[in-house]
Amino acid sequence: MTFVRPARRVLIAAASMSALFVAAACGGGGGGGAPAGGGSSAAAADFTKQGDTEFWAGKDTSGNTQNLIDQFNAQHPNGKVTFHELPDNADQQRQQMVQNAQIKNAKMGVVSMDVVWTAEFAAKGIVEAMPPDVSTAGMLKPTVDAATYFNKLYGLPSTSDGGLLYYRKDLLDKYGLKPPTTFDEMKAACDKITAGEKDSKLGCFAGQYNKYEGLTVNFDEAVHGAGGVIVGDDGKPNVATPEATKGLSTLVDWFKDGHIPKAAITWQEENGRTAFQHGELIFHRNWGYVYNHAASDKDSTIKGKFDVAPLPGITGPGVSSLGGHTFAIAKYAENKGTALDFLKYVSSPEAQKSNTLATSNSPVLESLYSDPDLIKKFPFMPIQLKSIQTAKPRPKAVEYGDVTLAIQDAAYGALQGQTQPDAALQALQAKLQTLIK
Amino acid sequence: MATATAEPRSLPATGADGHKHKKNALSDGQGRLAWILLAPTLIIIAVVAGIPVILSFWESFHQTNSGVDPTTGLVAGGSKFVGLQNFTDIFAGANPVTGSYGTMDRFWNAFLNTTFITIVCVLLETVIGVAMALIMAKAFRGRGLVRAGILVPWAIPTIVSALMWKLIFDSSGIMNRILGREILWLADSGASFWAIVIADTWKTAPFIGLLTLAGLQTIPAEVYEAAKVDGATTWQQFVRITLPMVKPALVVAVLFRTLDTLRMFDLPYGMIGAGKYRVETLSVFAYQEASQSRYGPAAAYAIVLFLYVLLVAFLFVRVLGAEVIGDADVQKKKKKKGERPPEEARVEAVMGEAIGGAH
Repeated sequence: MTFVRPARRVLIAAASMSALFVAAACGGGGGGGAPAGGGSSAAAADFTKQGDTEFWAGKDTSGNTQNLIDQFNAQHPNGKVTFHELPDNADQQRQQMVQNAQIKNAKMGVVSMDVVWTAEFAAKGIVEAMPPDVSTAGMLKPTVDAATYFNKLYGLPSTSDGGLLYYRKDLLDKYGLKPPTTFDEMKAACDKITAGEKDSKLGCFAGQYNKYEGLTVNFDEAVHGAGGVIVGDDGKPNVATPEATKGLSTLVDWFKDGHIPKAAITWQEENGRTAFQHGELIFHRNWGYVYNHAASDKDSTIKGKFDVAPLPGITGPGVSSLGGHTFAIAKYAENKGTALDFLKYVSSPEAQKSNTLATSNSPVLESLYSDPDLIKKFPFMPIQLKSIQTAKPRPKAVEYGDVTLAIQDAAYGALQGQTQPDAALQALQAKLQTLIK
Repeated sequence: MATATAEPRSLPATGADGHKHKKNALSDGQGRLAWILLAPTLIIIAVVAGIPVILSFWESFHQTNSGVDPTTGLVAGGSKFVGLQNFTDIFAGANPVTGSYGTMDRFWNAFLNTTFITIVCVLLETVIGVAMALIMAKAFRGRGLVRAGILVPWAIPTIVSALMWKLIFDSSGIMNRILGREILWLADSGASFWAIVIADTWKTAPFIGLLTLAGLQTIPAEVYEAAKVDGATTWQQFVRITLPMVKPALVVAVLFRTLDTLRMFDLPYGMIGAGKYRVETLSVFAYQEASQSRYGPAAAYAIVLFLYVLLVAFLFVRVLGAEVIGDADVQKKKKKKGERPPEEARVEAVMGEAIGGAH
């Protein structure tokens, strides 16, 4: 009897404790019901107040962000900037910025926005529209467009990015081939090379097809490269078209016949880069950062054997999805004057150049793409410029998270062979019509 | 109450009339002291558990305003009271996705994933955990090493083991090399489900093993000796002696694991990734909704999960727990005296213990 009661109590307590933690854990996330504060009734922001503020951005892997902040602080006595380093993961960065806007964190001064967050951050009043005297002269047009929402500029572009086609120059030269401009040419080149090399490990082509933001990027490029659109010029979704179907079904076919390795359905940027560096791919779609790795990493087996070309198209010219970041001023920042000064400072040609040299992120100032120092270190700069100039943005939407998930649902199902491409796109069109109005 | 305030300094009564004091515990002059001593604990529980739970319930009756102003493009912000709409929306089926069980609402897909992952994982973990405990209980050379080795997985944080298994289950990872074939574990396929099961079993079977070992060590050796004298086989000893005697400890361990697995988040999210409907659990779904600023629905899903966990826990206590106390004596006495509490009172007791047991 004395044993019975405690045993039962332990059971009940254990049961209840676990149950409670569920609710309590979610209360933390859901409890913050403070209004996000829309901007519709906001008074004009004060961009003169000087004082200490913080710069919020992802992990500083090169160490150059701190350098730039130190240089700025040395010449700006009225207010210092400190670096608030966020995780490497973009979703976590976004979440922290959204949450700190909800609690109206006055210290969050300048935030580094991914290009796809502009609509959400602007509409939900997380960032402030730029004052009229801020100039975007000399900046690449797609990057400025990406920072614009409802004809208002919400930040200054800081870095840009476009997709590139990495290819094995040694193999193409060996078989007398030129870098392909279309998927058909690429397939023909692959067939010729694999027939000659007889290397079962050598795959043809891969991009990023795991179910994450990279799939949205690659799907958009396939659709645009086939002459289709996701969202038309009128701002209405228009993805259930023969062109878009052609784009998606090309990727599906390439998966089916093995020109894209089966494993690529689980690949993100790093998996593909590793495969390319280990000589397992002839062609690879990736961002600019791969160049340095493939050229100088210890485990790279293709040093000096690869080169970069513009992305191939499916029926038309290749079109990249636009990447990159925009620096914006948080709506609830207390010292917006210092924040604005910092923003202007990091947009200067000198800061842009030092950042590109240190991080290999592409600059947003067009003039830097012909800078001799940069071209010496990154010989693909002119190709990158063309990629960015012709790049198309991913759909602009306040609920971008829902839009990108809808795109990923459609593309992933089709690539896995669970749905037909045209059916997948019709479902996507219906879904996008409810999300983008 | 009047007596309590009127005679705060009255001397504590002697043990002679202790019976009387039990009936009127608040007025014996110690009630206030008890409250004072308990206050810090109660306040901490209220702050870290009570308030978040209440806020979570409150949040689940609200929705964030999401309408976009067509001229400025801005969202009004704030939230509005919607009553039970977040809960009724679960049954509206407005968000169909295709997972392992055909096309259905994302909530129910996550609900089924959660349920099936829990059933499969806990079954495997129990079998393997008991086996581990039997091994750990034996006296042999290097027993300390084996015990420590078995417990290593339990000591690794789940999110770390999720990333570790992600490498193992990579398309060119160790698992595929051992199997000699290319299984796409991380591609939101049927294999993803088993990847989760394997990783979870690996990590938490030692937990069941540990608690079972504690139970094993309370079984006196004489029982086995007597069984041997009577000519019982090893299997008979296991089924007739070990299992019944270790059951109280094992039931607690299994209950813990069940409730924990129902809340699984790290493994699917860290290893397979978000938006993979074949392994999306309720916790992951609620998290995803919250990260889309839909706090109301997210809170509603979390509360449904909370009730689900509570229900499972209740069933455990009723079905398995009843056997723990399952000697006829107790039952008879209760029936005679008519002390058996009505069902509602029992539920209340569980709820009450929820707050008491949390910390």
